[in-house]
Amino acid sequence: MSYLEYSVKAVPAGLRKVLYLNWPLVLLLCSVAGVGFLMLYSVAGGAFSVWAEPQAKRFGVGLGVMMIAAMIPIWFWRNLSFLAYGLSIVLLLAVEFFGAVGMGAQRWIDLGFMRLQPSELTKITMVMLLAAYYDWLPAKRVSNPVWILFPLLIILLPTALVLRQPDLGTALLLVAGGGGMLFLAGVHWAYFAGVIGVGAGLVTAVFQSRGTTWQLLADYQYRRIDTFLDPASDPLGAGYHITQSKIALGSGGWTGRGFMQGTQSRLNFLPEKHTDFIFTTLAEEFGFVGAFSLLALYVLIIVFCVASAIATRDRFSSLVTLGIALTFFLYFAVNMSMVMGLAPVVGVPLPMVSYGGSAMLVLMGAFGIVQSAHVHRPR
Amino acid sequence: MRRNPRELYGLWRKTSRRALLLGGAQVAFAGVLGWRMANLQVEQADEFRLLAEENRINIRLLPPARGEIFDRNGAVIAENSPSYRIIMVPEDAGDVPAVLNRLRQLVHLDPEDLERGLQEMRRSPPFLPVTLAEQVSWEDVSRVSVNAPALPGVTAEVGLTRIYPQGPDFAHVAGYVGPVSDYDLNQLQDPDPLLRIPRFQIGKVGVESKMEATLRGKAGAKRVEVNATGRVMRELDRTEGRSGADLQLTVDADLQSYVQARLGTDSASAVVMDCNSGDLLAIASSPVFDPNLFVRGISVADYRSLTDDPFRPLASKSVQGIYPPGSTFKMITAMAALEAGLITPDETVYCPGHMELSGRRFHCWRRGGHGHVDLQNALKQSCDVYFYDIAVRVGMDKISAMAQRFGLGIRHDVPMSAVARGLAPNRDWKPRVRGEDWLVGDTANAAIGQGFVLASPLQLAVMTARLATGRSVSPRLIKSVDGIEEPERAGQTIDVNENHLRMIRRGMYAVSNDRRGTAYGSRVIADEYRLAGKTGTSQVRNITEAERRSGVVRNEDLPWERRDHALFVNFAPAEAPRYAVAVVVEHGGGGSTAAAPIARDITLQALYGDTPPLSAYPAKDRSRIEAQQERLQREREDRNRRESDRA
Repeated sequence: MSYLEYSVKAVPAGLRKVLYLNWPLVLLLCSVAGVGFLMLYSVAGGAFSVWAEPQAKRFGVGLGVMMIAAMIPIWFWRNLSFLAYGLSIVLLLAVEFFGAVGMGAQRWIDLGFMRLQPSELTKITMVMLLAAYYDWLPAKRVSNPVWILFPLLIILLPTALVLRQPDLGTALLLVAGGGGMLFLAGVHWAYFAGVIGVGAGLVTAVFQSRGTTWQLLADYQYRRIDTFLDPASDPLGAGYHITQSKIALGSGGWTGRGFMQGTQSRLNFLPEKHTDFIFTTLAEEFGFVGAFSLLALYVLIIVFCVASAIATRDRFSSLVTLGIALTFFLYFAVNMSMVMGLAPVVGVPLPMVSYGGSAMLVLMGAFGIVQSAHVHRPR
Repeated sequence: MRRNPRELYGLWRKTSRRALLLGGAQVAFAGVLGWRMANLQVEQADEFRLLAEENRINIRLLPPARGEIFDRNGAVIAENSPSYRIIMVPEDAGDVPAVLNRLRQLVHLDPEDLERGLQEMRRSPPFLPVTLAEQVSWEDVSRVSVNAPALPGVTAEVGLTRIYPQGPDFAHVAGYVGPVSDYDLNQLQDPDPLLRIPRFQIGKVGVESKMEATLRGKAGAKRVEVNATGRVMRELDRTEGRSGADLQLTVDADLQSYVQARLGTDSASAVVMDCNSGDLLAIASSPVFDPNLFVRGISVADYRSLTDDPFRPLASKSVQGIYPPGSTFKMITAMAALEAGLITPDETVYCPGHMELSGRRFHCWRRGGHGHVDLQNALKQSCDVYFYDIAVRVGMDKISAMAQRFGLGIRHDVPMSAVARGLAPNRDWKPRVRGEDWLVGDTANAAIGQGFVLASPLQLAVMTARLATGRSVSPRLIKSVDGIEEPERAGQTIDVNENHLRMIRRGMYAVSNDRRGTAYGSRVIADEYRLAGKTGTSQVRNITEAERRSGVVRNEDLPWERRDHALFVNFAPAEAPRYAVAVVVEHGGGGSTAAAPIARDITLQALYGDTPPLSAYPAKDRSRIEAQQERLQREREDRNRRESDRA
């Protein structure tokens, strides 16, 4: 369906658009961000200005960005998709050459007023381009192998660039998000079964070959995999962080140790306590009740997005909303799994809560597109 | 591109189906996350709460102040004095070698201390302080403080150090403390956690070691909150420990100091005991060493010079040195014979200068012999033949039993290191220990305190006190613990015939006061303080027949270690005994010349409580005694001045 087909009458116009915003979603996002401010205030030891204040300011900007994006018709965003994707690829290349090194990897470009992480932007622009592609692609070609090559290229190009930084976490998120888009667009089951089967077979082969004559990897590579999969085998390195993180979570109990009373975070037993591990502080200070509430907020965001996606007949709107929801889900699912010791430690922040500018702004912009899809839905 | 509505509807249905599927999967995964949360936060909460507490709470021991040691009049023997040490936190120092270099330019660092500190640094985490120098002067401390900006991580800390203000005088009695060693820890079944504190000081020798449990006290503890790097954030609570109990010794520091000075640099020892209470007023051993050297760890060179000295300054000879008691044993032989009813005091034995026993000739110290001697003469002139004769008649078993009743061959309960048991053997001893028969010649040798009989100066003092009082007085070294008086050890009556004791005492009186007594030269002429004593000269070598024929080599012509031991025991005043004294001068020659004068001076010092008046001495000795008194006085004053300067 092209924008020409939209019935202009069916779409709200002017300031009336504000009434058609997905208000529950706005409220949910504000609540999650509020939890973030509270926790950033706590991990700074009761100081507002260290992390909470800049974060709140950025959220304010983000909220504005979301509102503006919501007012812009969804077809504009669809038509912008290719350009946006191209821009993020250019930025990724720029990081490759001029990027600043942080945490041992090149991740951001210093724009003066903010540090831009092109990989964050790419997650969204990739979803947009894939949505636009499948919006354009006739139904009978969706599962055609030749027409699957293009979306694979769209996914793998930024993935390769991100891997070079190296940022394994984001690369995995890109692959998972892109794969999800293909699934949602209706690509045949057999492809996914095939990819998963081959992948599983390859992993099995690599592990089976260990210690045999046809060993596929070198010993040190296996050891590296061991520490990645089981941090406890390296108790002073990665394992230390996970152990401390689990202790913090567990010691929270039902209702937590009280606001600003978490000993694990206050006494610096937690690593990266204002960014990737901020969830542990929440769980320690507010217990199961607090941690589960945040999870519930996240799940509600997903539910509202899925509902909005199903409600629209516009294919681009539907796919881009689902894709952004999936990206958002991958963020918090990977982050929480990581801090609870269910997944290896990869640098993925907790969306809207972890301290960080570009991730927050990009996400708010993405939710602006979701809002735009919601507002400009033909009624 | 136009599409037909059916195609679009099909795509919408498919995408919606898959959206619900994927959305469902997402919610399901969120359910897994929630389940994991419940698992960690609800089911395992207690376990993790405990781990979190373990993380943040450290228990630090608070070492108790060690009990102090005083003499019987309250003079300090061992005390804790605040001392400064320089410590360094390697983490705060950053560039450790550079900071050390700068520090070395400011204050003197002992290379051994420094090496120890560097070793500690390698072993412990970087935030734990390491001691670089101990007992640092106030000037050095202020120099470090002034230069603090150039010395990151270096600070001066005040702590308690053991100080022995009396210096060497109590080195053997009080002993010394030192840092606990791995060896000390291995000796203990369940060591006090205090001992795990690096460089915690425990008693190593003497009273410090034997009374360790009393002196140490009980550790307190504080719980502190630490952060991830182990830095202390705040104190949560503390339980106070209990300081060690103070000890008061029976020793009189003044007398002890005099006795040490009087023994001088000879290899000698002396014991002064209160006859009636058993209190040890002085237990001296020379040469001495400075226990303060050991407190902070003695240097290898200093230690080597102490262990290489043939006079063995580290040994506490008064309790651990055992010697053939020589003629001082003759009172025991006599008592055994008297009590057995085999001799009467008036019975005489003919001494031709030797005695034949189973084909061997046993000599009297006087080649010409003493002629007919009764008990009193035999003691007075120390006639050996008399005692050979009565000993052979009474037998070794009775002599041995009598020796033990008088405190020989038994270990006395005195809290000093390596208190010797000595030896008062009976006939079974030799077959049991040496696998040889006890010969009658062994009895004859034992009768005059030679052969197998061995006694420490402490035991000889106990023997003398028991002879003087007729009670089994036992030595007491600890007068009170934490202000609570320990019982005196006057003992029960020894249950021997009082007349026999009187005979022995009369003989001993004659030794010191009769013109022909062996210790007449070292008599006291003050009537109220007359001595009753006994000389002893014990051989440490065999004199061959050939040597006897050509004339026994004089002690002065022998190398030091082959000369005779000189011994003297006495009690005084003879009429109403107050003190028992035993003096042993190792390889000193004759008891009457080497030991008796020392014993007499010590006894008078104890009786007068100060430098005795010259009128107590025989007129012809007075000028010599006066010179000696002045010399000792000067020496002691010099030393006291040095001690107080150091303090």
